[in-house]
Amino acid sequence: MKDLFISAIELGKRLKNRSLTCRQIVDATYQRIDAVDHQVKAFISLMTESAYIQADAVDRLLDAGQELGPLAGVPIAIKDNICTKGYRTTCSSKMLENFVAPYDATVMTKLHQNHLISIGKTNLDEFAMGSSTENSAFFTTRNPWDLERVPGGSSGGSSAAVVCGEAFLSLGSDTGGSIRQPAAFCGIVGIKPSYGRISRYGLVAFASSLDQIGPFTRTVEDAAHILNVICGPDPMDSTSAELPPVDFSTALGKDIKGLRIGVPKEMMGDKIADDVRQAIEQALDVYRSLGAIVEFVDFDMFDYAVSTYYIIAPAEASANLARFDGVRYGYRSESATNLREMYTRSRGEGFGPEVQRRILLGTYVLSSGYYDAYYLRAQKVRTLIKNGFADFFSRYDVMMTPTSPSVAFKVGDHSSDPMAMYLADIATIPANMAGLPGMSIPCGFSRDGLPVGLQILGKAYDELTVLKAGDAYQRVTNFHLKQPSMNQVAS
Amino acid sequence: MSPKYEMVIGLEVHAQLSTNTKLFCGCSTKFGADVNTNVCPVCLGMPGALPVLNRDAVTMAVQAGVALNCDIQHESVFARKNYFYPDLPKGYQISQFELPVCLGGSLDIEVDGAVKRIGITRIHMEEDAGKLLHQGAMGIADSTYSLVDLNRACTPLIEIVSEPDLRSAAEARAYVETLRQILRTIGVNDGNLEEGSLRVDINISLRHVGATQFGTRCEVKNVNSFRSIDRAIASEFIRQQEVLESGGRIVQQTRNYHDDTQTTTPLRDKEDAHDYRYFPEPDLLPLLLTDERIQSIRAAMPELPHAICRRYQQGLGLTRADADILIEEIGMRRFFEACLACAQDISPKEISKWVIGDLNALLKPKGGFGPSLSLSPEYFVKLIRLISSGALSGKMAKEMLPQLIETDQDPDVLMANLGGGQISDESTLLEIVRKVISENLDVVEKVKSGKTASANFLMGQVMKQSQGKAKPDLVMSLILAEINT
Repeated sequence: MKDLFISAIELGKRLKNRSLTCRQIVDATYQRIDAVDHQVKAFISLMTESAYIQADAVDRLLDAGQELGPLAGVPIAIKDNICTKGYRTTCSSKMLENFVAPYDATVMTKLHQNHLISIGKTNLDEFAMGSSTENSAFFTTRNPWDLERVPGGSSGGSSAAVVCGEAFLSLGSDTGGSIRQPAAFCGIVGIKPSYGRISRYGLVAFASSLDQIGPFTRTVEDAAHILNVICGPDPMDSTSAELPPVDFSTALGKDIKGLRIGVPKEMMGDKIADDVRQAIEQALDVYRSLGAIVEFVDFDMFDYAVSTYYIIAPAEASANLARFDGVRYGYRSESATNLREMYTRSRGEGFGPEVQRRILLGTYVLSSGYYDAYYLRAQKVRTLIKNGFADFFSRYDVMMTPTSPSVAFKVGDHSSDPMAMYLADIATIPANMAGLPGMSIPCGFSRDGLPVGLQILGKAYDELTVLKAGDAYQRVTNFHLKQPSMNQVAS
Repeated sequence: MSPKYEMVIGLEVHAQLSTNTKLFCGCSTKFGADVNTNVCPVCLGMPGALPVLNRDAVTMAVQAGVALNCDIQHESVFARKNYFYPDLPKGYQISQFELPVCLGGSLDIEVDGAVKRIGITRIHMEEDAGKLLHQGAMGIADSTYSLVDLNRACTPLIEIVSEPDLRSAAEARAYVETLRQILRTIGVNDGNLEEGSLRVDINISLRHVGATQFGTRCEVKNVNSFRSIDRAIASEFIRQQEVLESGGRIVQQTRNYHDDTQTTTPLRDKEDAHDYRYFPEPDLLPLLLTDERIQSIRAAMPELPHAICRRYQQGLGLTRADADILIEEIGMRRFFEACLACAQDISPKEISKWVIGDLNALLKPKGGFGPSLSLSPEYFVKLIRLISSGALSGKMAKEMLPQLIETDQDPDVLMANLGGGQISDESTLLEIVRKVISENLDVVEKVKSGKTASANFLMGQVMKQSQGKAKPDLVMSLILAEINT
């Protein structure tokens, strides 16, 4: 079915004019999953029963002539660290393999209120810790552009699903780049809004001060519309920002003449693969041709950001993951004979190696005697990073960098070298440290035909400018319309 | 022989705040519900659930701080205190650590008539843990299995930390009693030590009398009655004294008090102390209190016990004992105050006499002055007013009181139902008196001959004929006047 590869907004229109029914598109989506997911492995579980109930409800409403939102009836995939009432939420961990949340995350409630159809839960690196989905306790998701390669991570299942027609939209979470990097690797749009834009209630926490939910979409236009659905303050999340509602679709179709783009030299140097850098340079040319002002600047926050990230994120994670103790839910070791063993064995057997590594790191940096040298110092550097960005955005409207130093790597390439994997997040981490909105959009291909992502960062709560810049680019380019070969076979 | 050692005591008091809902979620804090019924994803520590601070709990913590003369902090910060235990659902307790909501206050205590000012180091807010129900043993170690009840998890507590200013068990006890009275009076805590809504940890060390440096301290836990405060301190004093006397050194440790044996046993040494790895709670913003908010809490502060006591004695003329009873019995005091408000014409002393005396005695077996009391202060005051106006005798009023409590009917109506009030109309009484005299001339003679006590017989006859309604003092004066004319 060709309709599986159109944008969510276009699908919404076809559902509204009844050239398609919601049941038909949900059927087609599950058929596509049946056909390709044994190769792509994007999904951990499907929400078939509720999807059809929701689809039939949307069809009834549309048949009755009810006015619904632009994304009503659109199938969306959900990263499996977002709680879905009545369906498993595993975080790709043995620890939560059979965990069914008794409540819906706030974003889920918003999706349902706006009549989107949640179709299933997607794979991730265990507890969102990783950049490839190789840390999933269950399986590694494959990149639809090249099944030998990773889709990026941690939200790799969500990005892969959108590329290969298994969903029109998906939700991910981004703690250090977990939306933007897989979006880049899979050649789609991924946006992490400002910290506080979207409620984290029901997102299983990795690093609370860095985590942010965000969408994967095929176009910037879709991104603006899904943000309209999921953003907004939530009384259940004290860190959600009390801001007046924004219509993100007002960013679409705007002239960007005079837009001031700053490009950190550090992110265009030898840390960056040649074909990635070339694609970015060409994208900057496109922006110049649209009347934007592009300047290369010194901005030396990237290395600091990575170092401090790997103190703050594990520190918060070590506490966030303490609740997985085998007492109330989740995995409990069979072999424990006393309380201490119940803890150590349940956690030792339930968590994978990367999760354990980060818990140990975090426990260490918070320990008495080390706290000042690590955690406290990292928080100070974090303040400096925020100040650095504030200074930058006093002169520029957006920052542009490659989303990732490389294109998608092969399964197994980095999995034995955590440091190499950590450095792959160098371009994306700073936005989390400073709470800024960041988006990755496809901007070209490597020599091997793999997608390259352009990262656009904006100042806090200025998603509009980020979306405006991305949308203007997509109106004059067609990288976002390119499909992996597995889609051509299907259509 | 004068004592060789002096004890130095500092107290950490955990007080459960009397909010309707928990500190970080909307679950009820009601005591005694079925296990694991007052729970939700937040207080169960479910993945993805987030805390939201209870505004009432903040108000109550600030009220406690104001009552204890603390500096209320414009910015305080919640932190995670990390440790594993099955009653702690998140694996960390949300507490305040470096920046608590109140700093530096004081509390005046009175021991043997002398007032002493005890320093308050800080007050911080935190959430409570759940409860473990061990099966087949008292502790987790020997039990066959243990069950977890999380109804109490996440209920709001304040921890009030004193300076090491206390020097005796009597002072420690006075401190806790005074503190308890304040917290109860301002309505932030119910003061129940046995149910654990007020918990006391005692830090105690010994030093030679006259020494200026503190000795090594031990912390004594599991003290849950006023009696055990005295006993735990006494037993720990003796233990430490024996160690020092035998040339030993006190090891800094946490000890558990056992009321059955009146001894303490070690719980953990300092080197086994947890490294709680505190760090600021990223799920909550710093608690910011504006001057306006603090001012409005100050302005609306309930009256403190010592102010009430002064007002009752100096303003209303109550005795200290009656004032103390009214301060201790909060429901009784509320009723008393409600009576005062509608009884400008009656002396407060008269009201307090009736409230503390007859009314209290009648209510005691029926749940006291609690919410089940339907008696309206207006009617109760009206009853007292009927006595002072002479419409009712004190005896009649006492007889009417149970019915008044039961029915909460207008005393006028009750009085009418009983066949009217006291007869104080002189001409009516004179008629009866003359009749009685004419029927008992022999007795009249006795009175005339000096046996004045015999007048009481005549009085009794008058009361009999008036069905007890005659106003006694008026009757007596009428009898004497009639005989002597």
